[in-house]
Amino acid sequence: MTEKSILNVDYTQYETTLSPAFLNRKNYQAPDPTMVKAMIPSVVVDIFVKPGDKVKKDDKLLTMEAMKMKNDTFSPLDGKVESITVKKGDRVAKGQLLIRLKHA
Amino acid sequence: MSIEGKVKNLLNKNAEIKSGGGEKAVAKQKAQGKLFARDRIDALLDKGSFEEIDLFVEHDCQEFGMEKKVLNSDGVITGFGRINGRRVCVFAQDFTVAGGSLGIMHARKITKMMDLAARMDAPLIGINDSGGARIQEGVNSLAGYGEIFFRNTRYSGVIPQISVIIGPCAGGAVYSPALTDFVFTVDGISKMFITGPEVIKTVLGEEITMEELGGARTHCTVTGNAHFIAKDEKECFEQIRKLHSFLPSSFNKKSIRKKPKEPLNSFDIEKVMPSDPKKPFDVKELIKSLVDSSDFLEVQEHFAPNVVVGFARLYGQSIGIVANQPAYMAGVLDVNSSDKAARFVRFCDAFDIPLLTLVDIPGYLPGVDQEYAGVIRHGAKLLYAYSEATVPKLTLILRKAYGGGYIAMCSRHLGADFVYAWPTAEIAVMGPEGAANIIFRAEISAAADPELARREKVNEYTEKFCNPYVAASMGHIDGVIDPAETRKKLVRALNFARNKKDELPKKKHSNIPL
Repeated sequence: MTEKSILNVDYTQYETTLSPAFLNRKNYQAPDPTMVKAMIPSVVVDIFVKPGDKVKKDDKLLTMEAMKMKNDTFSPLDGKVESITVKKGDRVAKGQLLIRLKHA
Repeated sequence: MSIEGKVKNLLNKNAEIKSGGGEKAVAKQKAQGKLFARDRIDALLDKGSFEEIDLFVEHDCQEFGMEKKVLNSDGVITGFGRINGRRVCVFAQDFTVAGGSLGIMHARKITKMMDLAARMDAPLIGINDSGGARIQEGVNSLAGYGEIFFRNTRYSGVIPQISVIIGPCAGGAVYSPALTDFVFTVDGISKMFITGPEVIKTVLGEEITMEELGGARTHCTVTGNAHFIAKDEKECFEQIRKLHSFLPSSFNKKSIRKKPKEPLNSFDIEKVMPSDPKKPFDVKELIKSLVDSSDFLEVQEHFAPNVVVGFARLYGQSIGIVANQPAYMAGVLDVNSSDKAARFVRFCDAFDIPLLTLVDIPGYLPGVDQEYAGVIRHGAKLLYAYSEATVPKLTLILRKAYGGGYIAMCSRHLGADFVYAWPTAEIAVMGPEGAANIIFRAEISAAADPELARREKVNEYTEKFCNPYVAASMGHIDGVIDPAETRKKLVRALNFARNKKDELPKKKHSNIPL
């Protein structure tokens, strides 16, 4: 067995070997609606806004292409476009930041 | 033609067909470290025991120039034989013939063996080495796969079904092994995935090698799709023969009893376990010191190591063992270990193999990722499997058995026939630290010195509840035993349970959470 670490189960600390999955876990972060991220690995086909634009909830922000289908991404809130971190033609990974918004 | 001539003609045809894809193709197969299909069958079965069926079957495809092609044995060798004198049915796909691709006649050779195995009460062993569906045969190749999957399912629980992946097994083809009881792999040779790396790259832009995506190690450690890994084909066939020795030939036969043998080393609890219950020990060492010849065949050794499952013999009788592994992730139950243990328990129950459960569990693994992954419905599978099982169930509580973990690890309440505990057992609704934080929270925060009060409460709780005697006083366990007598107690209980009668309420079939 490899070197010992501690696992806390119900307030008790146990000496044991930890799994790679547990060691590499990312702590949960509540989703931040101002960060518009890619839901699936895809390619940016069209961007409909620019920094500074006012947006309303459900306004179309971008179109992504994945699995031979075009997917529209809509604004989750009323606000303003703060920054756009991608351009047309970019290939993005799942979870990659596309647009930063600001609440109204 | 004279009779002699006709016989000679037959022998020539036999030899021609048995050459498979021809010398060059066979040489190429061997150059990749893979055996020729016929040699695999010879390595797996008892020497000289193989009787081939359907040597002369030919493909019936008339499209794409196939009408001019001769595919020997239509790329799969089928038949019956013996392993350690016991009857088995076997098929081996021949990669040297059209890449071992599956067309409808190839599939029907396989389904014929599946039907034969079920009818004759013989285990089925399938050696998979195939490029997949034979595209030229179109929907017929899909029909072939469907006919195989249907039988994998219908015969599941009738006869043991074993799959060996020693080559590619891609696309829909993977569902046959997935439906069988045990999947054997060989490091560097097995490849199993629904969509291959090229398609994944094109469609999603994800880059991964074939080995990382669906190699033996991936399936044995990450996906849990495989149960055994060998360093080469020879070791793989030895592993299959070993597994087979623990199993009955069908659900209505008992597994062979062997002569009882003592474990190789004597059992000394002080050498096996630390006195501090928060320190780990390797439960496999304990298992080996309890079972016949210290011979334990572990299943899915590298997947969810926090629970250990496998086969052994107790006084000559084949048993299935499920044990928490304190040395890994403190022996908690989580999504993967619940799946692993539940499937194993249900296999043993399907084939009348008694179960021995060894308990040292602090609880379930906490965390958002576990909850989001559905630890609730996955954890439920283990409770379900134990409750449903009607085979003799023996449970030994070694150390911790807290809360839901106590119930899930084959407690009396889930129908265990005999439950023993060591004096080191702590059977409690929660651990002392957790108890202090919850039950005595008000008292501790009101105290002048909360830290001291907390430690006092922890000690009080430990004294009163962290032992086996409270559970014993209610008959929730059958006895607290001297660890030195463990094997004797387990053997007596197991032998006494030989004629156990237990039936489930009448129903069409149950609805296990999946």
